[in-house]
Amino acid sequence: MKPAPFDYQAPGTLREAIDLLASNPEAFVIAGGQSLMPVLAFRLATPSLLVDLRRLPGLGNIAVGDGGIRLGALVRWRDIEDDQRLVAAHPLLHAAVAHVAHYQIRNRGTVGGSLAHADPAAELPGVAVTCEGEITLFGPAGSRTVPAGDFFTGPLSTLRQPDEIVTELHLPKWPSGRRWAFRKYARREGDFALAGILLFYDEDRQGALSNAHVGVIGACPRPHRLTKVERLLNGHAIDDGLIRQAAATAAEEVDPPDDLHADAAYRRGLVATLIERGLRAAAQQRSA
Amino acid sequence: MQVSFRINGDPVAVEVEPRLHLADCLRDVLGLTGTHLGCEHGACGACTVIVDGAAVRACLMLTVQAEGASVVTVEGLSSDEALSPLQTAFRKHHALQCGFCTPGMLTTAHALLTEEPDADAHRIRSALSGNLCRCTGYIPIVEAVLEARSAYRKAGKP
Repeated sequence: MKPAPFDYQAPGTLREAIDLLASNPEAFVIAGGQSLMPVLAFRLATPSLLVDLRRLPGLGNIAVGDGGIRLGALVRWRDIEDDQRLVAAHPLLHAAVAHVAHYQIRNRGTVGGSLAHADPAAELPGVAVTCEGEITLFGPAGSRTVPAGDFFTGPLSTLRQPDEIVTELHLPKWPSGRRWAFRKYARREGDFALAGILLFYDEDRQGALSNAHVGVIGACPRPHRLTKVERLLNGHAIDDGLIRQAAATAAEEVDPPDDLHADAAYRRGLVATLIERGLRAAAQQRSA
Repeated sequence: MQVSFRINGDPVAVEVEPRLHLADCLRDVLGLTGTHLGCEHGACGACTVIVDGAAVRACLMLTVQAEGASVVTVEGLSSDEALSPLQTAFRKHHALQCGFCTPGMLTTAHALLTEEPDADAHRIRSALSGNLCRCTGYIPIVEAVLEARSAYRKAGKP
């Protein structure tokens, strides 16, 4: 359980970090290391060089404004948990992050690390995709911004090039009163989700749903939205029949993995149950 | 690489390979064997130490990442003469049997109560959920942490 040898650099500027990555094709980026360290311990990866982002300035900020929320790559889970502005400014983000791993992990794990690692069961990629977030990367050619829905391409796979660094996640502004839910099922607290769902919607005066966004994690090769469920919800008022239909549609729409933790049929059933519970919880929320 | 940090209040400088995680540095380089290593991949919580006030898993942090940090291990929780109030509560409630997980339980609970001396049983269970114990069944551990809260409320820090 010891990592293979590697070199280590902690550059002071983003440009130096990119130069190190560009000139060392076998280099890896490390921030909190909460996903990478086990990978190194199991020798699933044997990088020649680790480029540590810990000294880079300006990547640890949480900005809340009219344009939405900007999370720097080095923002830790506990920074999000501790930021009371986010309870109102983005309750779905705030709630989802409380489910990330364990207390000790949340003291070191980072926004950028989670996005770049792209575990299909991870909470933040699910929030980013469901909320139509945008991910900013910095590389040799400068910075580029990618819709979160395109960024995640498969298990542990993203559009990030090896010489790019995730610098920021932007989430669009969250209107007050929006109804939402996060539901996750894991066998033990803090474990990766066997399945999880994220959803939000707005309502008109007659109670008809609009702007429904429904995302899934865990029961899928990458976080994605359930567009058939969203179409089913939009334009209708929430009632028992609609909730049951949405749950059944979600179970059909997901393409869950079959592995030793749970088979595909079980995960489909979980997704249906979590969608049902999420929609019921959202409908019962007091309008903020 | 040369790395300098503070360990239980005292400055140290160590010469280590970049791949050496902090728990191995504490045990093998600094001789502080109170920090235990169970799984070495962030699943068991036994190696938890306190870095700049926050409980972290020492197997998931490289020694080189501790440059400039202040690290507290189980050895730093009490004086040579007496147990801390948290340790005393562990003893009273039989919150340990084999003792392997205990350093991680103590450091995690200490970091939690230092920041949140009013943590309720649910919060304590949540914070300790990343620490495995195969002996106690956890209930005495939670009872001990609940009892120790009064010492943290009084002192701010015991």
